[in-house]
Parts: sequence; structure tokens; C-alpha cells
Amino acid sequence: MSERVLLNLGPQHPSTHGVLRLVVELEGERVVNVTPVIGYLHRGFEKIAENRRYIQITPLTDKLDYVSSMANNMAYVKAVEELLGLEVPERAEYIRVIVLELQRIASHLLALGSIGNDLGMPFTLMMYTFRERETILDLFESLSGARLGYNYITIGGVMDDLPLGFTDFTLSFLRELRQKIEEYEDLVYDNEIFVKRTEGIGVLSPKDAINLGATGPVLRGSGVRRDIRKEDPYSIYHYFDWRIVTGKRGDCLSRISVWINEMKMSADIVEQAIENIPPGLFRAKVSRVVRPPEGEVYSRIESPRGELGFHIIGDGSTHPYRLKIRSPAFCNLSILPHLAKGVFIADLIAILGTLDPVFGEVDR
Amino acid sequence: MFPLNLEFYLSLLENPLFRGLAGALGVITVISLAVLILIWAERKFVARLQHRYGPNRAGKYGILQTLADGLKLFLKEDILPEKAEKYAYTLAPILCFSLAMLPFVAVPVERNIVVANLNAGILFILAVASLSIIPVIMAGWSPNNKYNLIGGIRSAALMISYEIPAGLAVIGVLVLSGSLNMIDIVEAQRDGWFILPQFLGFIIFITVSFMESARPPFDLPEAESEIVQGWTTEYSSVKFALLMLGEYTHAVFTSVLIAILYFGGWMGPLFDSPFWLALKTLVIMLFLMWVRASVVRIRIDQMVSFGWKFLIPLSLLNILIAGAIKVF
Repeated sequence: MSERVLLNLGPQHPSTHGVLRLVVELEGERVVNVTPVIGYLHRGFEKIAENRRYIQITPLTDKLDYVSSMANNMAYVKAVEELLGLEVPERAEYIRVIVLELQRIASHLLALGSIGNDLGMPFTLMMYTFRERETILDLFESLSGARLGYNYITIGGVMDDLPLGFTDFTLSFLRELRQKIEEYEDLVYDNEIFVKRTEGIGVLSPKDAINLGATGPVLRGSGVRRDIRKEDPYSIYHYFDWRIVTGKRGDCLSRISVWINEMKMSADIVEQAIENIPPGLFRAKVSRVVRPPEGEVYSRIESPRGELGFHIIGDGSTHPYRLKIRSPAFCNLSILPHLAKGVFIADLIAILGTLDPVFGEVDR
Repeated sequence: MFPLNLEFYLSLLENPLFRGLAGALGVITVISLAVLILIWAERKFVARLQHRYGPNRAGKYGILQTLADGLKLFLKEDILPEKAEKYAYTLAPILCFSLAMLPFVAVPVERNIVVANLNAGILFILAVASLSIIPVIMAGWSPNNKYNLIGGIRSAALMISYEIPAGLAVIGVLVLSGSLNMIDIVEAQRDGWFILPQFLGFIIFITVSFMESARPPFDLPEAESEIVQGWTTEYSSVKFALLMLGEYTHAVFTSVLIAILYFGGWMGPLFDSPFWLALKTLVIMLFLMWVRASVVRIRIDQMVSFGWKFLIPLSLLNILIAGAIKVF
């Protein structure tokens, strides 16, 4: 039993969520050591951004975390706006919150669906969650014309006003979503094998979560009450009545429950935003070629995956001198070797699934 | 040259050689056709459970999809991995397919329709079923691929956990019927199917049949999300098709066995007919498919401890119950 086997998992593997390669040291079925090898989706966005005008960088950010493009748009645009010292019209902020929270729901739906695949329930949970995600994509298509990379949130506001009927349709969708979430809860919590496979697996203690730099649902799944939306409020999140969702045990099931409960919370925020949305401009007057003053800014938002930060150094020209992206998926993925010591291969896949890495963002 | 009378051909069947040939041909034809249709039915049924359409392009309602897939597999290049153990690698699919077909010869579809009416039919079936692990281990070991190896070893671990409860569960039926002959077992259910007195045994046996046919939630040997395709990872073309066909035939076979052991085989309301057996098999297959769409895969250690600590004591208890029913 003491003979070790080196297993190469990926980059082409059914459940590595993209192009992750894991070098796994095995002792029988047990994982002794795991080394993630990343970089298969590296496209050098940070360098490309140095040769582009500020407004031309937004479409690049779409392709970072390609399942939550709106959040990336927002993180970048917010950094530029802080550098410019720009005031954004209130209606634009409301629209931003609506699309950001819808995006969070869409992203968590995808994560929840793919954990079903990882655990070996091929496509049942995924097809159900994709049914709802599809509606959100339709909504975004009506906003921006695109279904994946939206380029919708832009410097000074958003690209276009909400189309006719958008708010009514969103509200009816959210009502429907709440019922569907109950369906998912049945499929997850009432399924004994599902609970057995996730409860107590990959436990991340609150202390470790902070020390290892976990963010987002992974951090909150360990019971740490931290959310940039509350901690460092941006946009108009402080207008709404909501609370931070946390898990209890820090295992895979807690992280899954954080996704499910955050979806409900996001639905609450969207409903409140739609109720109070004021009339007005959807975009401030900004010139096509923005020229921020010399200076440097680090701005962060709570993307569906955690703290997404953009560090921009401007030299007073139309291009950023340097752009650095702090990606939450990368930070969460770096916890994997810590969590995967001594677990079974099957658990390794489950843990990877609940860390929910998106490789567009890990590799950038 | 060929006499045109049925009596002559039926009398030929008395000859063991002709009977064997005709039986083998018949079993392979009927089962392969049934598997083709069942795979389509499974894909369609699971698709509807999962909010999708399933195959709907080849033929009416996509019924030719399996045929098209099979044809595609036959046209693919047959790859032999460089460092594979050639003979074991080639032999595994052939063995897998033939061992999956073999137990059907002892299965009666009607009182008088059976290829080989063995006195110890059920014993023969269990023996062949436990042989079916050999091609899996061969396929796991021979291609010199770690995913295959893990799949093969998992399958072996699975097998030692299910084979014992399977045998013990069947003993309950044997106690009640008092015979090892398959036809006698069915005839013993004339007054009532064994599912009622042997409900516990039925639950054990259907659980075990999930394991035997490596279907979710016990599809550990080929656990796609963990070890890619498990013990079939390195196989392609016809060899892969044979392995898959063999695997699927196991599922069909266990369903047939459940129908015979617990649901009175070909007996039905009004008349006895192979039709009832087919119908019961289909219903059991649908149950297997339904489970596949709604549970996640169990982990290897959970699976082994489930087999040893739960199923075996339970099946011993089941024998006790069967004995009590027989005596009182």
C-alpha cells in the first residue's frame, strides 16, 4: 500500500472546470499530495491592457471570469471611475446593482449545477440550474445583445437603459426562481448520498480560511462574516436591507449552502432595487477618450467568487501604465493542496468543485 | 436438400450441438436488439427527467441513435496503446461481451423455452456473473494506463463487496422454492410472487444489481468525473463498443434475473407469456434509469463498508426470515 502513484489529472479532464492540471500523488485511492498546474488559459490580459485605451479594456474584462462578466466589468469600471473621480448617476447605480446581483445568481447556478456533475449525478442538477440561468442570459441579452461577454457596465454608467418590460419580467422570474431554489434544496439536502459525499469533506477552519486568503463563498462557508459589499460598501449596496450569508462547518456542504442562500439574498436585493429605481440618466457625460490623472488606485468588489480587485497605475495618458488584477478564483484555488491532503480522489473532485475556480480568471 | 417441415428442425434442436448454436445465435440477436432499444429508451427517459429532449435526430424519435453511435464506433480507428499488454488488451472486450451473454442461456423465457435447462441453473448464473470481473480487471491492467488501473481495481473491490450479499440474498428465494432450477423457481411463485415474503431479499438484490452492472450510484469503476472513463479509458472503436455492450447487458441481465426471482417471471394475469417477462424487465430497467438520474455517486470506502457492514448482515437476516416462513 505504501507504493505511490503519480496521476496526471487534466488539463483535459471531465471535471477540472476548464483547463486545470492537477499532479496528484496517490496512495491507493488516497491523495497524498496535489499540485495544481495553471496557466493553460493565460492570455496576458494585464499586458494587453497597457496598450489599450481605458474604454477598450472593458471588453477584455468580459473574458476574465467568463461566467460572471458583469462583475468583472463593474470591478474595472469602478477602478477607473475612482481614478477619474467620476460621479455616476443614481439610475445607473441601480441598474448596475440589478445586473450584478442577477449575475451572481447566474454564476452560483452554474457552480451548483457543475457540483452535481462532479459528484456523479451527470446533468440532472445542471440541466435544472441551467434552465434558470438561461432566463438570466435572456435578460442580459435584452440589455446588451450578448449572452456571455456583455461589455454592458461602462465608464460613467451603463451602455443602455433598461428595455421596456425588463423589470416586470425580472420580478416574475425571481418569484419563479424562489420556487426552483426549493427544488434544488430538495435535490441537495434531502439526498442522503449527496449529503454523505459533501458533509465533513474538505473542512476549512475559519482560521485557516483567513490565513490562506480564501475569499467569497469559500470564506463565508467557513463561517467568517466578510463581504466587500458590507465591509467596503460600493455603488449603492448600503441602500438595501440584506445580510451576509455564512455557512457553519466550512465543509463542501456549507459552501454549497452558501451558494443557495446567497441566491435568495441576491433575489431580495434585486427586488428592492427594482422597487426603488429612480428615473434619470443611465450614463454620465464622459468623453470617448478618458484621460485619468496621474495616480494609482486599488478598487475591489465582491464578485460571485469573492474579492475581485483592479489595481491601476495611470500616467496621465489614455492608456493605463500598469493594470493588475487580483483574482478571487486564483486565491481560492491555492487552498486546494491544503484541503486535499489525505482525502479520496472522489473528494478531491468535490472539493475542487466547491472552490469553484473559473480558469479565465485564474490564468488571466 | 432442406426439408420444408418444422418438425424436422425442432427435432434437430434435440441435438446438443444444434441446440447450442441456435441458442447462442438467438440469445445474441435478441439481447443485442433489446440492448439497442434499451439504450435509446434510457437516453430518452433520463433526458426527460433532466429537462432535455434526448436523441431526436436519427430516425423517428431518435430511435436509430444507438445504431448510428455503434456504426460510428465501428468506423473508428482501433488504437492499440504502445505499452499495452497486447493479448490481454484484445481479449478483454471479447471476454466481457461473451461472459455477459453467457448467463442468458440458462434463463427460461417460458416454461418450455430455454436454451439449457440446468438443474442448478441459478448456481450456474451466479458463477458466470462472478467470472465477469475478470475481463474488467484485464481491461484495467493491460493498457498500462493509470485511469484504467484505478477503474479495474475499484471494480475488484466492488465485486468482493457485492458478490457475497448477492449469493446470500438468492438463498432466501431458494429456501422458499426448494429448487435451484430456474423453471421450478418461477413455478413455485404460482401462488404468489416472492417479492412479498422476500421483500428484504428483493431490496438487497436490487441494490446489489446496481453494483453488479456498475450503474449509478455505484458506477465507481467508470466514474467519469473522477477517473475519466475508468477501466475503458484506453479503449476505442469496436473494442469499446463490445465493452459497453457487455456492461449494458449486465444491467439487462440483472433486471431479467430480478423479474424471474421476485416477480414471477413469465407469469401474468390471464395468460403466461414471455411478454410478461419482457414487460417486468422493462419496468425494472426504468427503475434503474430513474435512480441514475437522481442520486450522486457513492464513494469507494462508503461503498465497501456498506457492502460488508450493512448488506451482508441484512442478507443473513433475510435467510433467517425465509427459513421461518418455510417452517411455519
